[in-house]
Amino acid sequence: MQAFEYANPSTLQEAVALLAPQRGQTDVLAGGTDLISLMKDYIHTPKRLVNIKNIQELEGIRASAGGLRIGALVTMDELARNAEVRASYKALADAAAGIPSPQIRHMGTVGGDLCQRPRCWYFRGGFGLLATDNGKPLVPDGENHYHAIFGGGPAYFVSASSLGPALVAMGARVKLVSAKGSREVAVKSFFVAPKDENTREIVLRPDEILSEILVPAPAVHSATYEVRQKEALDWPLAAASVALTMKGSVVAGAKVVMGHVAPIPWEAAAAEKALAGKTITAASAEAAGKAAVEDAQPLSRNAYKVQLASVAVKRALLEAVKGKA
Amino acid sequence: MKRKISLRINGKPYTDEVEPRLLLIHYLREVAGLTGPHIGCETSICGACTVMLQGRAVKSCTMFAVQADGREIVTIEGLAANGALDPVQQAFWNEHGLQCGFCTPGMIMATKQLLQDNPSPTDLEIRHGLEGNLCRCTGYQHIVNAVKAAAGKAGA
Repeated sequence: MQAFEYANPSTLQEAVALLAPQRGQTDVLAGGTDLISLMKDYIHTPKRLVNIKNIQELEGIRASAGGLRIGALVTMDELARNAEVRASYKALADAAAGIPSPQIRHMGTVGGDLCQRPRCWYFRGGFGLLATDNGKPLVPDGENHYHAIFGGGPAYFVSASSLGPALVAMGARVKLVSAKGSREVAVKSFFVAPKDENTREIVLRPDEILSEILVPAPAVHSATYEVRQKEALDWPLAAASVALTMKGSVVAGAKVVMGHVAPIPWEAAAAEKALAGKTITAASAEAAGKAAVEDAQPLSRNAYKVQLASVAVKRALLEAVKGKA
Repeated sequence: MKRKISLRINGKPYTDEVEPRLLLIHYLREVAGLTGPHIGCETSICGACTVMLQGRAVKSCTMFAVQADGREIVTIEGLAANGALDPVQQAFWNEHGLQCGFCTPGMIMATKQLLQDNPSPTDLEIRHGLEGNLCRCTGYQHIVNAVKAAAGKAGA
Protein backbone atom coordinates (compact mmCIF):
# COMPACT_ATOMS: atom_id res chain seq x y z
CA MET A 1 0.00 0.00 0.00
CA GLN A 2 1.22 3.50 -0.79
CA ALA A 3 2.15 5.61 2.24
CA PHE A 4 -0.18 8.48 3.16
CA GLU A 5 -0.56 11.28 5.64
CA TYR A 6 -3.14 10.51 8.32
CA ALA A 7 -5.37 13.27 9.65
CA ASN A 8 -7.56 12.70 12.67
CA PRO A 9 -9.93 15.68 13.12
CA SER A 10 -12.55 15.82 15.84
CA THR A 11 -15.02 18.20 14.17
CA LEU A 12 -16.69 18.16 10.78
CA GLN A 13 -15.45 21.68 10.12
CA GLU A 14 -11.82 20.61 10.64
CA ALA A 15 -12.38 17.51 8.54
CA VAL A 16 -13.70 19.26 5.43
CA ALA A 17 -10.85 21.78 5.60
CA LEU A 18 -8.44 18.86 5.18
CA LEU A 19 -10.00 17.65 1.93
CA ALA A 20 -8.59 18.60 -1.47
CA PRO A 21 -10.89 19.75 -4.28
CA GLN A 22 -9.04 17.62 -6.86
CA ARG A 23 -9.94 13.97 -7.21
CA GLY A 24 -7.44 11.39 -6.00
CA GLN A 25 -5.61 13.61 -3.50
CA THR A 26 -7.53 12.87 -0.30
CA ASP A 27 -9.95 10.21 0.89
CA VAL A 28 -12.36 10.06 3.81
CA LEU A 29 -11.89 7.10 6.17
CA ALA A 30 -14.74 5.84 8.35
CA GLY A 31 -15.05 2.06 8.82
CA GLY A 32 -12.56 1.48 6.02
CA THR A 33 -14.14 -1.82 4.95
CA ASP A 34 -14.10 -0.73 1.30
CA LEU A 35 -11.48 2.01 1.20
CA ILE A 36 -8.70 -0.10 2.71
CA SER A 37 -9.21 -2.84 0.14
CA LEU A 38 -9.12 -0.21 -2.63
CA MET A 39 -5.86 1.11 -1.21
CA LYS A 40 -4.37 -2.37 -0.94
CA ASP A 41 -5.08 -2.82 -4.66
CA TYR A 42 -3.72 0.66 -5.57
CA ILE A 43 -7.11 1.65 -7.01
CA HIS A 44 -7.13 4.53 -4.53
CA THR A 45 -3.75 6.05 -3.70
CA PRO A 46 -4.62 9.10 -1.59
CA LYS A 47 -1.87 11.40 -0.34
CA ARG A 48 -3.92 12.11 2.76
CA LEU A 49 -6.54 10.12 4.61
CA VAL A 50 -9.01 12.01 6.78
CA ASN A 51 -10.33 9.79 9.57
CA ILE A 52 -13.84 10.92 10.55
CA LYS A 53 -14.51 8.25 13.19
CA ASN A 54 -13.79 10.65 16.04
CA ILE A 55 -16.35 13.23 14.93
CA GLN A 56 -19.19 13.05 17.43
CA GLU A 57 -21.68 15.01 15.35
CA LEU A 58 -21.69 12.31 12.66
CA GLU A 59 -23.02 9.68 15.07
CA GLY A 60 -26.50 8.63 16.06
CA ILE A 61 -29.97 7.72 14.82
CA ARG A 62 -32.73 10.18 15.66
CA ALA A 63 -36.35 9.38 14.95
CA SER A 64 -39.07 12.02 15.05
CA ALA A 65 -42.52 12.54 13.59
CA GLY A 66 -40.90 14.15 10.57
CA GLY A 67 -38.71 11.15 9.88
CA LEU A 68 -35.34 9.68 10.56
CA ARG A 69 -31.92 11.28 10.77
CA ILE A 70 -29.08 8.79 10.46
CA GLY A 71 -25.57 10.07 11.12
CA ALA A 72 -23.01 8.98 8.54
CA LEU A 73 -21.01 7.03 11.13
CA VAL A 74 -23.90 4.82 12.25
CA THR A 75 -22.77 1.26 11.62
CA MET A 76 -24.77 -1.28 9.66
CA ASP A 77 -25.06 -3.24 12.91
CA GLU A 78 -26.58 -0.26 14.74
CA LEU A 79 -28.99 0.40 11.89
CA ALA A 80 -30.07 -3.25 11.64
CA ARG A 81 -30.71 -3.46 15.41
CA ASN A 82 -32.42 -0.11 15.94
CA ALA A 83 -35.95 -0.74 17.19
CA GLU A 84 -37.48 2.29 15.45
CA VAL A 85 -35.85 1.41 12.13
CA ARG A 86 -36.99 -2.19 12.40
CA ALA A 87 -40.53 -1.18 13.21
CA SER A 88 -41.12 1.68 10.79
CA TYR A 89 -38.35 1.59 8.17
CA LYS A 90 -38.15 -2.14 7.62
CA ALA A 91 -36.69 -1.93 4.11
CA LEU A 92 -33.64 -0.20 5.62
CA ALA A 93 -33.27 -2.65 8.50
CA ASP A 94 -33.59 -5.59 6.07
CA ALA A 95 -30.91 -4.14 3.82
CA ALA A 96 -28.51 -3.49 6.70
CA ALA A 97 -29.07 -6.93 8.22
CA GLY A 98 -28.42 -8.48 4.81
CA ILE A 99 -24.81 -7.34 4.79
CA PRO A 100 -22.88 -10.50 5.40
CA SER A 101 -20.86 -11.10 8.55
CA PRO A 102 -21.14 -9.43 11.94
CA GLN A 103 -17.58 -8.18 11.53
CA ILE A 104 -18.40 -6.11 8.45
CA ARG A 105 -21.65 -4.83 9.99
CA HIS A 106 -19.71 -3.67 13.05
CA MET A 107 -17.20 -1.67 11.02
CA GLY A 108 -19.12 -0.62 7.93
CA THR A 109 -20.98 2.69 8.18
CA VAL A 110 -24.10 3.97 6.41
CA GLY A 111 -22.10 6.78 4.82
CA GLY A 112 -19.57 4.27 3.59
CA ASP A 113 -22.31 2.08 2.17
CA LEU A 114 -23.44 4.96 -0.06
CA CYS A 115 -19.92 6.08 -1.00
CA GLN A 116 -18.29 2.67 -1.57
CA ARG A 117 -16.89 1.96 -5.02
CA PRO A 118 -18.38 -0.61 -7.40
CA ARG A 119 -17.33 -4.24 -7.01
CA CYS A 120 -16.93 -4.69 -10.80
CA TRP A 121 -13.82 -6.82 -11.16
CA TYR A 122 -12.64 -4.84 -14.18
CA PHE A 123 -12.79 -1.66 -12.09
CA ARG A 124 -11.04 -3.39 -9.20
CA GLY A 125 -8.46 -4.71 -11.67
CA GLY A 126 -7.55 -1.21 -12.80
CA PHE A 127 -9.60 -0.89 -16.00
CA GLY A 128 -11.62 2.08 -14.77
CA LEU A 129 -15.31 2.56 -14.09
CA LEU A 130 -16.23 2.02 -17.74
CA ALA A 131 -13.97 -1.04 -17.91
CA THR A 132 -12.15 -0.34 -21.16
CA ASP A 133 -8.81 -1.44 -22.58
CA ASN A 134 -7.40 0.92 -25.23
CA GLY A 135 -10.88 2.33 -25.69
CA LYS A 136 -12.50 -1.08 -26.16
CA PRO A 137 -15.28 -1.85 -23.69
CA LEU A 138 -14.46 -5.13 -21.92
CA VAL A 139 -17.79 -5.93 -20.28
CA PRO A 140 -20.29 -6.59 -23.11
CA ASP A 141 -18.39 -9.64 -24.40
CA GLY A 142 -16.46 -10.32 -21.22
CA GLU A 143 -16.92 -11.82 -17.78
CA ASN A 144 -20.22 -10.05 -17.19
CA HIS A 145 -22.03 -12.57 -14.97
CA TYR A 146 -22.55 -10.01 -12.22
CA HIS A 147 -22.91 -6.86 -14.29
CA ALA A 148 -25.84 -4.62 -15.13
CA ILE A 149 -29.01 -5.73 -16.85
CA PHE A 150 -30.38 -2.18 -17.07
CA GLY A 151 -28.95 1.08 -18.33
CA GLY A 152 -27.44 -0.04 -21.60
CA GLY A 153 -23.91 1.23 -20.90
CA PRO A 154 -21.39 2.66 -21.29
CA ALA A 155 -21.15 1.88 -17.55
CA TYR A 156 -21.98 -1.74 -16.81
CA PHE A 157 -20.97 -2.04 -13.16
CA VAL A 158 -23.74 -2.40 -10.59
CA SER A 159 -24.17 -0.02 -7.69
CA ALA A 160 -22.84 -1.86 -4.66
CA SER A 161 -24.84 0.10 -2.10
CA SER A 162 -27.09 -2.04 0.09
CA LEU A 163 -29.07 0.92 1.43
CA GLY A 164 -29.38 2.80 -1.87
CA PRO A 165 -32.51 1.07 -3.21
CA ALA A 166 -34.35 1.33 0.14
CA LEU A 167 -33.42 5.00 0.53
CA VAL A 168 -34.54 5.81 -3.01
CA ALA A 169 -37.81 3.94 -2.40
CA MET A 170 -38.37 5.98 0.77
CA GLY A 171 -37.53 9.30 -0.88
CA ALA A 172 -34.54 9.95 1.39
CA ARG A 173 -31.98 12.73 1.04
CA VAL A 174 -28.32 13.00 2.01
CA LYS A 175 -26.53 16.01 3.40
CA LEU A 176 -23.17 16.79 1.81
CA VAL A 177 -20.87 19.20 3.61
CA SER A 178 -17.79 21.03 2.33
CA ALA A 179 -15.72 23.93 3.61
CA LYS A 180 -17.92 26.22 1.50
CA GLY A 181 -21.23 25.09 2.94
CA SER A 182 -23.66 22.23 2.74
CA ARG A 183 -26.26 20.94 0.32
CA GLU A 184 -28.98 18.33 0.42
CA VAL A 185 -29.36 15.90 -2.45
CA ALA A 186 -32.08 13.31 -3.01
CA VAL A 187 -30.54 9.84 -2.79
CA LYS A 188 -32.13 9.22 -6.18
CA SER A 189 -29.87 11.92 -7.67
CA PHE A 190 -26.87 11.00 -5.53
CA PHE A 191 -26.13 7.99 -7.72
CA VAL A 192 -25.03 8.57 -11.31
CA ALA A 193 -24.44 6.24 -14.26
CA PRO A 194 -21.20 7.73 -15.63
CA LYS A 195 -20.94 8.36 -19.35
CA ASP A 196 -17.20 9.01 -19.31
CA GLU A 197 -14.21 7.91 -17.26
CA ASN A 198 -13.92 11.29 -15.53
CA THR A 199 -17.32 11.07 -13.88
CA ARG A 200 -17.78 9.27 -10.59
CA GLU A 201 -20.74 7.05 -9.73
CA ILE A 202 -21.91 9.44 -7.01
CA VAL A 203 -22.24 13.23 -7.02
CA LEU A 204 -20.18 13.67 -3.83
CA ARG A 205 -17.32 16.04 -4.65
CA PRO A 206 -13.78 15.22 -3.51
CA ASP A 207 -13.91 17.99 -0.90
CA GLU A 208 -17.30 17.00 0.52
CA ILE A 209 -18.28 14.65 3.33
CA LEU A 210 -21.62 12.88 3.47
CA SER A 211 -22.71 13.85 6.98
CA GLU A 212 -26.19 12.40 7.38
CA ILE A 213 -29.10 10.65 5.75
CA LEU A 214 -32.59 12.13 6.11
CA VAL A 215 -35.50 9.77 5.62
CA PRO A 216 -39.03 11.21 5.53
CA ALA A 217 -41.76 9.78 7.78
CA PRO A 218 -42.18 6.18 6.87
CA ALA A 219 -44.31 4.25 4.48
CA VAL A 220 -45.27 1.59 7.03
CA HIS A 221 -45.23 -1.17 4.45
CA SER A 222 -41.68 -1.55 3.27
CA ALA A 223 -39.19 -4.36 2.79
CA THR A 224 -35.99 -5.34 1.06
CA TYR A 225 -35.38 -8.75 -0.44
CA GLU A 226 -31.98 -9.89 -1.68
CA VAL A 227 -31.25 -12.91 -3.85
CA ARG A 228 -27.88 -14.49 -3.17
CA GLN A 229 -25.94 -17.41 -4.50
CA LYS A 230 -25.33 -18.64 -0.98
CA GLU A 231 -26.33 -17.57 2.51
CA ALA A 232 -22.87 -16.42 3.47
CA LEU A 233 -20.20 -13.88 2.69
CA ASP A 234 -21.09 -12.60 -0.76
CA TRP A 235 -22.83 -9.81 -2.61
CA PRO A 236 -26.45 -10.14 -3.67
CA LEU A 237 -27.03 -11.10 -7.30
CA ALA A 238 -30.17 -8.98 -7.34
CA ALA A 239 -32.22 -7.12 -4.74
CA ALA A 240 -35.38 -5.09 -4.47
CA SER A 241 -36.65 -2.54 -1.97
CA VAL A 242 -40.29 -1.53 -1.90
CA ALA A 243 -42.21 1.14 0.02
CA LEU A 244 -45.98 1.13 -0.19
CA THR A 245 -48.57 3.70 0.78
CA MET A 246 -51.82 1.87 1.41
CA LYS A 247 -55.44 2.96 1.41
CA GLY A 248 -57.04 0.15 3.37
CA SER A 249 -55.84 -3.00 1.69
CA VAL A 250 -55.26 -1.25 -1.63
CA VAL A 251 -51.98 0.23 -2.87
CA ALA A 252 -52.33 4.02 -3.17
CA GLY A 253 -48.69 4.55 -4.09
CA ALA A 254 -45.77 2.20 -4.61
CA LYS A 255 -42.05 2.72 -4.91
CA VAL A 256 -40.14 -0.25 -6.28
CA VAL A 257 -36.37 0.04 -6.61
CA MET A 258 -34.00 -2.72 -7.65
CA GLY A 259 -30.41 -3.14 -6.53
CA HIS A 260 -27.38 -4.82 -8.12
CA VAL A 261 -28.94 -4.61 -11.57
CA ALA A 262 -27.68 -1.23 -12.83
CA PRO A 263 -25.00 1.38 -12.11
CA ILE A 264 -27.58 3.17 -9.94
CA PRO A 265 -30.48 1.93 -7.78
CA TRP A 266 -32.97 1.16 -10.56
CA GLU A 267 -36.51 2.44 -10.23
CA ALA A 268 -39.12 0.13 -11.69
CA ALA A 269 -41.79 2.57 -12.85
CA ALA A 270 -43.70 -0.15 -14.72
CA ALA A 271 -43.98 -2.21 -11.53
CA GLU A 272 -45.17 0.83 -9.59
CA LYS A 273 -47.84 1.46 -12.22
CA ALA A 274 -48.89 -2.19 -12.22
CA LEU A 275 -49.48 -2.07 -8.46
CA ALA A 276 -51.62 1.07 -8.30
CA GLY A 277 -55.08 0.29 -6.94
CA LYS A 278 -54.24 -3.39 -6.34
CA THR A 279 -54.11 -5.44 -3.20
CA ILE A 280 -50.82 -7.24 -2.74
CA THR A 281 -51.33 -10.91 -3.49
CA ALA A 282 -48.96 -13.56 -4.85
CA ALA A 283 -50.42 -12.88 -8.30
CA SER A 284 -50.21 -9.08 -8.23
CA ALA A 285 -46.71 -9.24 -6.73
CA GLU A 286 -45.57 -11.61 -9.45
CA ALA A 287 -47.10 -9.40 -12.15
CA ALA A 288 -45.27 -6.40 -10.67
CA GLY A 289 -42.04 -8.41 -10.66
CA LYS A 290 -42.53 -9.23 -14.33
CA ALA A 291 -43.30 -5.59 -15.16
CA ALA A 292 -40.15 -4.52 -13.30
CA VAL A 293 -37.89 -6.39 -15.71
CA GLU A 294 -39.77 -5.75 -18.95
CA ASP A 295 -37.08 -3.42 -20.24
CA ALA A 296 -34.09 -5.43 -19.02
CA GLN A 297 -31.11 -5.58 -21.39
CA PRO A 298 -29.03 -8.50 -20.16
CA LEU A 299 -25.48 -9.04 -21.38
CA SER A 300 -24.00 -12.23 -22.80
CA ARG A 301 -23.71 -14.08 -19.48
CA ASN A 302 -26.19 -12.51 -17.08
CA ALA A 303 -29.67 -13.15 -18.45
CA TYR A 304 -30.29 -15.23 -15.30
CA LYS A 305 -30.35 -11.98 -13.34
CA VAL A 306 -33.56 -10.88 -15.09
CA GLN A 307 -35.49 -13.68 -13.41
CA LEU A 308 -33.76 -13.08 -10.06
CA ALA A 309 -34.61 -9.37 -10.12
CA SER A 310 -38.22 -10.17 -10.94
CA VAL A 311 -38.42 -12.61 -8.03
CA ALA A 312 -36.73 -10.11 -5.71
CA VAL A 313 -39.48 -7.58 -6.48
CA LYS A 314 -42.21 -10.16 -5.91
CA ARG A 315 -40.80 -11.34 -2.60
CA ALA A 316 -40.08 -7.83 -1.33
CA LEU A 317 -43.71 -6.90 -1.99
CA LEU A 318 -45.04 -9.97 -0.20
CA GLU A 319 -42.64 -9.34 2.69
CA ALA A 320 -43.79 -5.71 2.97
CA VAL A 321 -47.39 -6.70 3.64
CA LYS A 322 -46.67 -9.87 5.62
CA GLY A 323 -48.59 -9.96 8.89
CA LYS A 324 -50.36 -6.70 8.09
CA ALA A 325 -54.05 -6.40 7.39
CA MET B 1 5.37 10.05 8.99
CA LYS B 2 4.90 7.82 12.02
CA ARG B 3 2.05 8.45 14.44
CA LYS B 4 1.94 7.72 18.12
CA ILE B 5 -0.90 5.45 19.17
CA SER B 6 -2.00 4.41 22.64
CA LEU B 7 -4.45 1.58 23.13
CA ARG B 8 -5.30 -1.24 25.47
CA ILE B 9 -4.91 -4.82 24.34
CA ASN B 10 -6.22 -7.59 26.58
CA GLY B 11 -6.37 -5.08 29.41
CA LYS B 12 -2.77 -3.90 29.08
CA PRO B 13 -1.72 -0.46 27.85
CA TYR B 14 0.42 -0.20 24.71
CA THR B 15 1.99 2.92 23.20
CA ASP B 16 3.88 2.77 19.91
CA GLU B 17 4.93 4.85 16.94
CA VAL B 18 3.46 3.35 13.77
CA GLU B 19 3.18 4.17 10.10
CA PRO B 20 -0.44 5.07 9.27
CA ARG B 21 -0.59 2.35 6.61
CA LEU B 22 0.25 -0.39 9.13
CA LEU B 23 -2.73 -2.73 9.36
CA LEU B 24 -3.97 -3.59 12.84
CA ILE B 25 -3.26 -7.30 12.29
CA HIS B 26 0.38 -6.51 11.49
CA TYR B 27 0.60 -4.27 14.53
CA LEU B 28 -0.81 -6.99 16.77
CA ARG B 29 1.45 -9.71 15.42
CA GLU B 30 4.69 -7.88 14.70
CA VAL B 31 4.76 -4.95 17.10
CA ALA B 32 2.69 -6.16 20.07
CA GLY B 33 3.90 -9.75 19.62
CA LEU B 34 0.41 -11.25 19.75
CA THR B 35 0.43 -13.93 17.05
CA GLY B 36 -2.89 -15.51 18.04
CA PRO B 37 -4.90 -13.57 15.44
CA HIS B 38 -3.93 -15.05 12.08
CA ILE B 39 -3.53 -13.61 8.61
CA GLY B 40 -5.49 -15.73 6.18
CA CYS B 41 -6.78 -13.84 3.16
CA GLU B 42 -5.94 -10.27 4.20
CA THR B 43 -9.01 -9.17 2.20
CA SER B 44 -11.63 -9.26 4.99
CA ILE B 45 -13.17 -12.51 3.80
CA CYS B 46 -11.77 -15.36 5.92
CA GLY B 47 -12.08 -13.95 9.43
CA ALA B 48 -8.91 -15.57 10.83
CA CYS B 49 -7.79 -12.12 12.02
CA THR B 50 -10.99 -11.44 14.02
CA VAL B 51 -10.48 -9.48 17.25
CA MET B 52 -12.77 -7.45 19.49
CA LEU B 53 -12.65 -3.70 19.05
CA GLN B 54 -14.61 -1.89 21.78
CA GLY B 55 -16.34 -5.20 22.49
CA ARG B 56 -17.43 -5.87 18.90
CA ALA B 57 -15.86 -8.45 16.58
CA VAL B 58 -13.99 -6.92 13.63
CA LYS B 59 -11.50 -8.05 11.01
CA SER B 60 -8.11 -6.64 11.95
CA CYS B 61 -6.73 -7.06 8.41
CA THR B 62 -9.06 -4.37 7.10
CA MET B 63 -8.34 -1.71 9.64
CA PHE B 64 -5.33 0.49 10.28
CA ALA B 65 -3.55 0.34 13.62
CA VAL B 66 -4.04 4.12 13.89
CA GLN B 67 -7.82 3.53 13.85
CA ALA B 68 -7.39 1.63 17.13
CA ASP B 69 -5.79 4.62 18.85
CA GLY B 70 -7.52 5.19 22.19
CA ARG B 71 -9.55 2.01 21.80
CA GLU B 72 -9.77 -1.32 23.60
CA ILE B 73 -8.80 -4.53 21.77
CA VAL B 74 -9.22 -8.12 22.89
CA THR B 75 -7.39 -10.90 21.03
CA ILE B 76 -7.59 -14.65 21.51
CA GLU B 77 -4.71 -14.32 24.01
CA GLY B 78 -7.00 -12.26 26.23
CA LEU B 79 -9.59 -14.98 26.82
CA ALA B 80 -7.96 -17.52 29.14
CA ALA B 81 -7.74 -16.24 32.70
CA ASN B 82 -5.22 -17.59 35.23
CA GLY B 83 -4.40 -20.57 33.08
CA ALA B 84 -8.03 -21.66 32.71
CA LEU B 85 -9.48 -21.73 29.22
CA ASP B 86 -12.46 -19.55 28.41
CA PRO B 87 -15.66 -21.66 28.15
CA VAL B 88 -15.70 -21.14 24.36
CA GLN B 89 -12.10 -22.32 24.07
CA GLN B 90 -12.90 -25.32 26.26
CA ALA B 91 -15.94 -26.16 24.13
CA PHE B 92 -13.84 -26.06 20.92
CA TRP B 93 -11.36 -28.39 22.66
CA ASN B 94 -14.03 -30.80 23.94
CA GLU B 95 -16.01 -30.94 20.71
CA HIS B 96 -12.91 -30.94 18.50
CA GLY B 97 -14.16 -27.83 16.71
CA LEU B 98 -11.01 -27.66 14.61
CA GLN B 99 -8.60 -29.68 12.55
CA CYS B 100 -5.59 -27.66 11.43
CA GLY B 101 -6.46 -24.86 13.83
CA PHE B 102 -5.63 -21.96 11.53
CA CYS B 103 -9.13 -20.45 11.58
CA THR B 104 -9.71 -21.24 15.26
CA PRO B 105 -8.66 -17.94 16.87
CA GLY B 106 -11.05 -16.09 14.59
CA MET B 107 -13.80 -18.69 15.02
CA ILE B 108 -13.56 -18.40 18.79
CA MET B 109 -13.66 -14.59 18.75
CA ALA B 110 -16.66 -14.65 16.39
CA THR B 111 -18.31 -17.18 18.71
CA LYS B 112 -17.72 -14.91 21.71
CA GLN B 113 -19.56 -12.18 19.80
CA LEU B 114 -22.36 -14.49 18.74
CA LEU B 115 -23.03 -15.77 22.27
CA GLN B 116 -22.79 -12.28 23.72
CA ASP B 117 -25.58 -11.15 21.37
CA ASN B 118 -27.57 -14.38 21.43
CA PRO B 119 -26.86 -16.74 24.35
CA SER B 120 -29.00 -19.62 22.99
CA PRO B 121 -28.60 -19.62 19.22
CA THR B 122 -30.21 -22.15 16.90
CA ASP B 123 -28.05 -24.06 14.40
CA LEU B 124 -29.03 -21.60 11.68
CA GLU B 125 -28.24 -18.61 13.88
CA ILE B 126 -24.84 -20.14 14.69
CA ARG B 127 -24.07 -20.59 11.01
CA HIS B 128 -25.14 -17.01 10.26
CA GLY B 129 -23.17 -15.69 13.22
CA LEU B 130 -20.04 -17.36 11.86
CA GLU B 131 -20.61 -16.45 8.20
CA GLY B 132 -17.63 -14.11 8.27
CA ASN B 133 -15.26 -16.94 9.20
CA LEU B 134 -14.05 -19.60 6.82
CA CYS B 135 -12.82 -23.07 7.79
CA ARG B 136 -11.36 -25.32 5.09
CA CYS B 137 -11.01 -28.46 7.23
CA THR B 138 -13.96 -29.25 9.42
CA GLY B 139 -16.98 -28.79 7.20
CA TYR B 140 -18.20 -26.65 10.12
CA GLN B 141 -20.29 -29.31 11.88
CA HIS B 142 -17.90 -29.73 14.80
CA ILE B 143 -17.60 -25.97 15.06
CA VAL B 144 -21.39 -25.65 15.30
CA ASN B 145 -21.34 -28.44 17.93
CA ALA B 146 -18.70 -26.53 19.88
CA VAL B 147 -20.74 -23.32 19.81
CA LYS B 148 -23.81 -25.22 21.00
CA ALA B 149 -21.79 -26.80 23.79
CA ALA B 150 -20.45 -23.40 24.79
CA ALA B 151 -24.00 -22.09 24.87
CA GLY B 152 -24.87 -24.87 27.28
CA LYS B 153 -26.94 -26.59 24.64
CA ALA B 154 -24.83 -29.66 23.92
CA GLY B 155 -26.94 -32.44 22.49
CA ALA B 156 -29.95 -30.16 22.07
